[in-house]
Amino acid sequence: MEEAIYKVHLEDIFEGPMDLLLHLIKKYEIDIYDIPIALITEQYLEYMELMKSMNIDFAGDFILMASTLAQIKSRMLLPAHDEENDDEDPRLEIVKPLEEYLRMKSVAEQLAERNLLWEDTFVRNHGQEDHLINQEDEIIKVGLFELIDAFQKILKNISPDIRLDITADSISVKDRIAQIVDVFEARGSITFDELFSKNSDKSEVVVTFLAILEMVKLGLVRIVQHVRSGVIRLFYL
Amino acid sequence: MEDIKNIIESFLFVAEEPLTIDRIKSILKQAEINEIQNALVELSEEYEARKGGFILREVAGGYQIRTRPEYREWIKRLIQPKALRLSKAALETLAIIAYKQPIIRNDIEHIRGVDCGGILRMLLERKLTRILGRKEIPGRPLIYATTKQFLEVFDLKNLKDLPTLEEIEALETESPENSTREIFRIETFEKGKNT
Repeated sequence: MEEAIYKVHLEDIFEGPMDLLLHLIKKYEIDIYDIPIALITEQYLEYMELMKSMNIDFAGDFILMASTLAQIKSRMLLPAHDEENDDEDPRLEIVKPLEEYLRMKSVAEQLAERNLLWEDTFVRNHGQEDHLINQEDEIIKVGLFELIDAFQKILKNISPDIRLDITADSISVKDRIAQIVDVFEARGSITFDELFSKNSDKSEVVVTFLAILEMVKLGLVRIVQHVRSGVIRLFYL
Repeated sequence: MEDIKNIIESFLFVAEEPLTIDRIKSILKQAEINEIQNALVELSEEYEARKGGFILREVAGGYQIRTRPEYREWIKRLIQPKALRLSKAALETLAIIAYKQPIIRNDIEHIRGVDCGGILRMLLERKLTRILGRKEIPGRPLIYATTKQFLEVFDLKNLKDLPTLEEIEALETESPENSTREIFRIETFEKGKNT
C-alpha cells in the first residue's frame, strides 16, 4: 500500500533530487516525455515531508528542485500568449536533465558490468601500491602535523622587520596553486622549503601553505619525507 | 624473425603494465609493425583456443595478459587485491567524466543534481581521474578527465572503446525496463523483523 512505512537508504536511493524524481517517475510509470507535472510536484513534496518526518536532512538541492517543479507547474497553467510564440513545453526544463541523467546512469551500469581489474580479472603485478610499500623504509608519507611543524619552522625564519610589512599586491591561494603547478609541470617534484622564498612576508608564506594544503586535498600532490634527512618533498601526481 | 611471437609473449609475461606496440617495436627494431600486430593477434587467438587461465587483452593503448574472468573467485582466495568498490554515485560521476571530458565540477554536479566534491576527490585519489588544468572562466574551476588507470581498470582499449551514447540508447529501447531497474531500492520495513 501507499502508506507502507519505508526504510529509506538515503545514500542508495535519493542521493539527490534527480534520484527522487526518477523514483517517482518509475513508481507511477510515467513517460518522461509527458510528465503530469501536478502529480509529480505533489508527490515530490509529499516525499520531502516524509523525509522531514524521518529526520532526514536534505540539502538545499531538494528544495531547489521543488521550486523548479512548482514554477513549471504554474507556467503550465498560464495560457499561451499567442499562437506563433508558442514557447517550448516548460517541462523540458526538467525533461532534458532527466534524460541526460538517465543516460549517464545506464552508462555507469555498463561500466560496472565490464571485467574490472582486481575484481574480475587480474594481472601479475599487484597494483602500484606495492611500489610505495617498498619505498616505505626510505620515505614516509607526511601527515598534517609534520606539515604544520615544517610550516612553523618557515614562519620562524621570516625576519621580523619584514613580518610587519603590508604588501599591496598580495596573491590569492588560487593563483599560488597555479604558480606551483607551473613549477611542477617543469620539474615534477619540489622540496617544501623551496616553495618558500627567503624574503617572502608572512602573508605570502601563509598563502603558499594554504595552497599546498589545498593541493593535497585535491589530490594534486603527494608529500613524502625522507627518513634520514627529514627533507619534505612534494610530488606532482 | 622467426620467434617474434615467443619473444613478445615473454615480454607480456614480464611487463608490469600494458605493453604498447611502440614499446615492443623499440626493442625489436628489425620487426615490422604489422609483424608485431600479427604476433599479438596470434597469441590472443591461441589463448582463446586453449581456454586456459589467462587471456590477452588490449587495454589502455597496450596489450596485457590478464586472468580469465571465470576464475575471479579462485584468485581472490589466493590474493586480496584492493578491490575497486565504487559506489553507484561514484560510478555515475566517473561515467559523466569519461563521456563528457574535459569537464568542470559544476557541469558534473549539474547533471547529477548533487554536490560531488567528496566523490571527485576520491576518484582523484584512486587515480581514476586527473586534473587537466583550470578553465579560464570566472573562478578558474578545475578541469577533470579520466586517466590511463581508468582504461586499465575498466578493461578499455581507449576512450573510443566506451560504448557510444547511441549504442546505449539502442540497448535501452531493446529492454526499456533494464536501464532503470535495480536503481531504486526501497525496502519495505516489516514490523517484527530485524529488531
